[in-house]
Amino acid sequence: MQKYDALIVGGGHNGLVTACYLQRAGLNVLVVEKNGWVGGAATSRELTPGFLYSNCSYVCSLFRPEIMRDLELPKHGLQVISYEGGAVFTRDGDYLASYRDHDSHRREFARYSKRDAEAYERYARDVTRQCRFIQPLLMRTAPDPFGFRPRDISELLYLAKKFGEFSPHEMAETLRFWTMSISDFLDEYFETDVIKAYLALSGIIGTALGPMSPGTAYVLLHHYMGEVDGSVGAWGYARGGMGAVTQALSRSFQASGGTIRTDAEVSKILTRGGRTTGVVLANGDEVRADLVVSNADVKRTFLKLVEETDLPGDFVHRVKHFKMRGSSGKVNIALDSLPEFPALPEGSNCIRGDMHFTDSIERMERGYDDWKAGRWSADPFLDMMIPTLLDPTMTSPGKHFMSCFVQYCPPKVEGRDWTDADRDAFAETVISQIADYSPGFRDRIVHMEVRTPREIEAEVGLTEGNIFQGELTFDQLLFNRPVPGYAQYRSPIHGLYMCGSSTHPGGGVMGAPGRNAAAEILRDLKRSPEQMSKAHDVI
Amino acid sequence: MTSFDAIVIGAGHNGLAAATRLAKGGRRVLVLEAANEPGGATRGREFAPGFRSAGLAHLVNRLDVEVAKDIGVDLKGYENLLPTTVLDGSGRAITLHGAYGESIDGVSAEEQAAFAAMRKKLIFQAGILKRFLRRPPPQIGAVSLGDLSTLAGAGLSLIRKGRSEGRDFLRMLLMNVADVTDEYLTDDRLKGLLAFDSTLGIHLGPRSPTSLLGLYYRLTGDVAGRTGGQFVPVGGMASIAPAFLRAAEKAGVTIRCATPVGRILADRGRASGVVLGDGTEITAPVVVSAVHPQTTFLRLVDPAESGTGFVRSVKNVRSHGNVAKLDLALDRIPDFTGLPVEARNGRIVLVRSKEQVETAFNPAKYGEFSPDPVMEITLPSLADPSLAPSGACTLSALVQYAPYRLKAGWEHGKPAFLKIVLETLERHAPGIGKSILAANLMTPVDIEAEYNLPGGHWHHGELQADQLLVNRPTGAASGYKTPIEGLYLASAGAHPGGGISGLPGWNAARHILSGATA
Amino acid sequence: MNAMTKSAADLRRAARDHIRVPRLETPFHDRLMAISEVNDWYNWAGYKAPHSLTDGELEYFAIRSTAALFDISPMVKYRITGPDAERYLNRLTLRDVRKLGVNRVHYTAWCDDHGHVLDDGTLFRLGVEEFRLCCQERHLPWLLDSAFGFIVDIREETEEIAGLALQGPTSYAVLRDAGFAGMERLKPFDIATFPHEGGEVTISRTGFTGDLGYELFVPRARALSLWDRLWTAGALHAIRAIGYGALNQTRIEAGFIVANADFMTAEAALRADRVRMPDEIGLDWLVDPDKPNFNGRRAILDARRNQTLKHILVGLEIEGNISAEHAIVYHRQKHEAGLVTAAIWSPTAKRNIAIASLERPYGSKFTNDLWVEIYAMRELKYQKMMKRAKIVPRPFVKLARRTATPPGLK
Repeated sequence: MQKYDALIVGGGHNGLVTACYLQRAGLNVLVVEKNGWVGGAATSRELTPGFLYSNCSYVCSLFRPEIMRDLELPKHGLQVISYEGGAVFTRDGDYLASYRDHDSHRREFARYSKRDAEAYERYARDVTRQCRFIQPLLMRTAPDPFGFRPRDISELLYLAKKFGEFSPHEMAETLRFWTMSISDFLDEYFETDVIKAYLALSGIIGTALGPMSPGTAYVLLHHYMGEVDGSVGAWGYARGGMGAVTQALSRSFQASGGTIRTDAEVSKILTRGGRTTGVVLANGDEVRADLVVSNADVKRTFLKLVEETDLPGDFVHRVKHFKMRGSSGKVNIALDSLPEFPALPEGSNCIRGDMHFTDSIERMERGYDDWKAGRWSADPFLDMMIPTLLDPTMTSPGKHFMSCFVQYCPPKVEGRDWTDADRDAFAETVISQIADYSPGFRDRIVHMEVRTPREIEAEVGLTEGNIFQGELTFDQLLFNRPVPGYAQYRSPIHGLYMCGSSTHPGGGVMGAPGRNAAAEILRDLKRSPEQMSKAHDVI
Repeated sequence: MTSFDAIVIGAGHNGLAAATRLAKGGRRVLVLEAANEPGGATRGREFAPGFRSAGLAHLVNRLDVEVAKDIGVDLKGYENLLPTTVLDGSGRAITLHGAYGESIDGVSAEEQAAFAAMRKKLIFQAGILKRFLRRPPPQIGAVSLGDLSTLAGAGLSLIRKGRSEGRDFLRMLLMNVADVTDEYLTDDRLKGLLAFDSTLGIHLGPRSPTSLLGLYYRLTGDVAGRTGGQFVPVGGMASIAPAFLRAAEKAGVTIRCATPVGRILADRGRASGVVLGDGTEITAPVVVSAVHPQTTFLRLVDPAESGTGFVRSVKNVRSHGNVAKLDLALDRIPDFTGLPVEARNGRIVLVRSKEQVETAFNPAKYGEFSPDPVMEITLPSLADPSLAPSGACTLSALVQYAPYRLKAGWEHGKPAFLKIVLETLERHAPGIGKSILAANLMTPVDIEAEYNLPGGHWHHGELQADQLLVNRPTGAASGYKTPIEGLYLASAGAHPGGGISGLPGWNAARHILSGATA
Repeated sequence: MNAMTKSAADLRRAARDHIRVPRLETPFHDRLMAISEVNDWYNWAGYKAPHSLTDGELEYFAIRSTAALFDISPMVKYRITGPDAERYLNRLTLRDVRKLGVNRVHYTAWCDDHGHVLDDGTLFRLGVEEFRLCCQERHLPWLLDSAFGFIVDIREETEEIAGLALQGPTSYAVLRDAGFAGMERLKPFDIATFPHEGGEVTISRTGFTGDLGYELFVPRARALSLWDRLWTAGALHAIRAIGYGALNQTRIEAGFIVANADFMTAEAALRADRVRMPDEIGLDWLVDPDKPNFNGRRAILDARRNQTLKHILVGLEIEGNISAEHAIVYHRQKHEAGLVTAAIWSPTAKRNIAIASLERPYGSKFTNDLWVEIYAMRELKYQKMMKRAKIVPRPFVKLARRTATPPGLK
């Protein structure tokens, strides 16, 4: 029986990041992946001939540049390309575009409100200030306020010092910001519905909250953090689709000597005497390792793969109550020609960015009300992009791949499981919204992949289809993520670690949980993480 | 003309608490009240011939014992805690006895145990927060020894309970009440009650993150040391305003009613008195505003005396009420199906589940009232027979959600909403409709007009995480002082918030007496 | 109501094509284009503006020896009117607006509640209830929010109003020959209005050069004809159009500061320690503690009383002739004391001058033994020099003709 130094359960981007760092630190690492391909929710798949889909995650917004550099991802084929602004279509036939050029951006907003156009400057400044505060925390293990270990205390002091860099006024504002709803926050700056709707998107993407839920202003930061440290090209399309991220990771991993086994689903994580000893695969194979790192979400890991009796009761209780209700779906569409959006002027570059059809906060919030009642939104919010306009590698010239992220979409339909008919009806809701703004859209469709939380869970393994491996609410952030007292990537079982988005700092194709987990593991192994460069400065 | 050391604007309970404390501290205090009688939102009124309502509040659940004792408010009946009964329309009532359900009737033994565990946890956690109520909020950037000792005390009491309690506190603090009840309870009605109690008077639904704070706030209140208790003083709610008034007069406070303040005098950042509606100037080195912070800074103080940023932040204070107050004149005591007779004097909550509360909240987000509202009811004339003619009865209900800014306008909305509320009552108390002699529904717009409460919000500003402590009512005016020297805030809009506690007023007065200038 | 909303939506739609011209052209652009030999443009607040048109050095000497014409149209301009306009501005800005007479201008600045400077600019009193505020940055939300409780109307008029600065010893002669009669009576900071092509031009004796000079404002439609009128009259007085490079040199000589160059404006600063109080950027003289309350008053006076001011802006004279732009200032050659924000070798004063922001007590208590470390890039190599610097009063160049009334003809 083969024995590895470390075994990673799940070949998602975070699992691969951890695997790479551990392998480079001299461990012999095996990644086991249930699917026939690696990538988790960062994949490019040819589901219809001639079209490559980024069929789960669709933009590379948060992937940490430190990781790209440490793991030599550009050398292994990763290239991230910036994209242009985008547009929100309004129901009266107009649109609100966002442009990269500062003055054009202001003039576009000024079409709706001169005041809002200028208020945007103060808004952007205030949000950037918050990002600058939060961003360094992403690449650090969250301190345990009740850990009382010197490291926890020094990390808490670091936090206090960071906070102390604010003026007293900003401190008070920061406390507000963390607990406000994105809707209330935007109301303090803007008067125009469509502008607020455009900016609110970032506060709710992927969350099981509406724009009027307290705490969504904070979620905004999760989507804004990409470029705070000035790393150009941190935000954009991965050339070749999101699979390019995980392909580069797996090539980097294999180049440093690591092993990947696909079609190898883990059915059980083995433990003996409170220590992990390896895993059993679905085909009955046992693989031994003293270190097992789970990239699966916390529920899957501890409620399915580990014996409940091996875990403390209150830990199991907490994991059971960890909230990870799926709230979004995805419709991936292959098009035989470029769709037209008559509202946009000819030649507009808005089509090369992200496009939305939700022009008011109220429409978003009503979409959320549907979700709360267990239905997909009758008037959903779409984040729609056509990456093939900038990335020629995903299909042949003239043809296009369109990615539609859809919110809200519940894990169960009014309490029962999804049916295929439900799924089709859901897709129809999405397509008809697009077709309202793009005549002839349906005729261009060659193929379509519809993913509700059911499909996301079945393929990627994300419990309840939650794309962040756990909701981003206060009780599940920082030292509370995923479970208070177990927020430092370790679990109650010796040798079993977590590295997925269920851990701090959470979801998004960021890689930070994977890197932080590797750092903690190497610390436990008393190995200096030489190949791990320092987190970039925010100056 | 007598000169005064301090002028208090508004003779609500907080204004009177502040005035009394100041007077007891040796200051000559003048209280100016716009209405013809003191009492503010506790001011009673005749809503139908022969029928009186005792004001906005119909129960006392957080009058601070220390405040009452200190200023000499001598209410009686503290020992008589009132029960809460939950009616979901099925006829099977749940009744919580003692202080917030020390014992419960109407649920299984397991559910009783589960509730007891949850109650214990929440009361412990609320106890931590309570340490911060009786003192001004900590001053960011200039943390005082007192702040540190409060923090240290809170930290110590957490540590003493062990790491896991500490961690649980930090986990739960900003949670939504719906998830918390799901962690402990199974009974929909009980979850519904907690959902209702967490959100009453707040623009949140039970599934909104941070909604648990509303319940914590309730549980920072106590009646004679019994956390979460509620009572009606001997003589009824109408005895509260006179009790505060007596205390103030005894302390030597001068109170002038029917004397609206037109303007607060301020020059170059220093307050110097007030100008009355009739133009009379009264000067004093200290002006205490016990009216809504938005009234204070957007109407009474010349905006030129405030900074633009400050005015902006005051305008940003969210203060749109969601609660309508219903007073009914009934020709007999209503008969609620399933309500135990001995619980009739208590609080009746009409709620089926937390989902009902959430669904009731949804329309409020869009400026629509709930088509299936939730409410709490008392029968005030049972405790105070003077409120109704003999044999008759009054019913008081706080109905949620009825948003201040109704899209359709309340002039159209009110009859429709009243109809819904009365139909809801009829379902729970069949025949009540026929016994109604008069019905008076006050929407937040009416409450605003009657009690001079902007937005009709009894907390004088949303009681939500971002408007608490150092941000109540807003950063630069937290801790009772304001950007205008000599002008202080003492209403529910100041820390810690609304409810008949007397704390904002009392804390403000103590702050003034401490001589702290900043 | 419906009709009105519809027209607002139509206007909004009509403006969609702004993206086709991402860099706007000022009303004078045709003339500037015709003159420009070097095509050296930069982005001034979204407008195409010249760095220089022919030769920066010659443009500089036009300011100091003849007459220079500079397009100031991209300056942000607000029209503030109404019965409370004076009271409103008095609360908004640092100086006492009650003392600003009709047809007078004053330089002023305004702060946020924390006493941090939002911008500086010039305030024109065009009537009892009518003002124009000119500045570098945009402030519409702040100006509108400040209007709560005041009966006042605030309108941005940057695009509608074209502006020209006519500066230099012969500028008065140009105006006289252009037919603007009575200009000799105009004292510094006075305003006069004249008919022009059926419209009106407002001329103030103001400028950013420390020289004799005027600023002219005219509705957009009449901009080119005003230019031509001056150009024709200026031919005999050696008028020359200039770009920002030359203007910048003269403003440094005059000791004037520029927002977001010599100090960060409070709304632009991301970092808490970058904001500045008036006293920290040499604008303490604008603060009038005796006038009614104004934004930032308490914070500024508290900082003075508690001596918590952290920075100070000083004029420096540096040995040698190498410009010290963005050099670090040291005390005793070792303790970092601050940063030079602007510096030139002054062709007029023949001194090596600089404006620097120092961290107190440097510049306040420690005023001697200051040094600047100059990195001069010469043929791909930094020549490092530690040069002695002396705090000197501003302006570095003081010209009698700036204030002489009546002004001379050359």
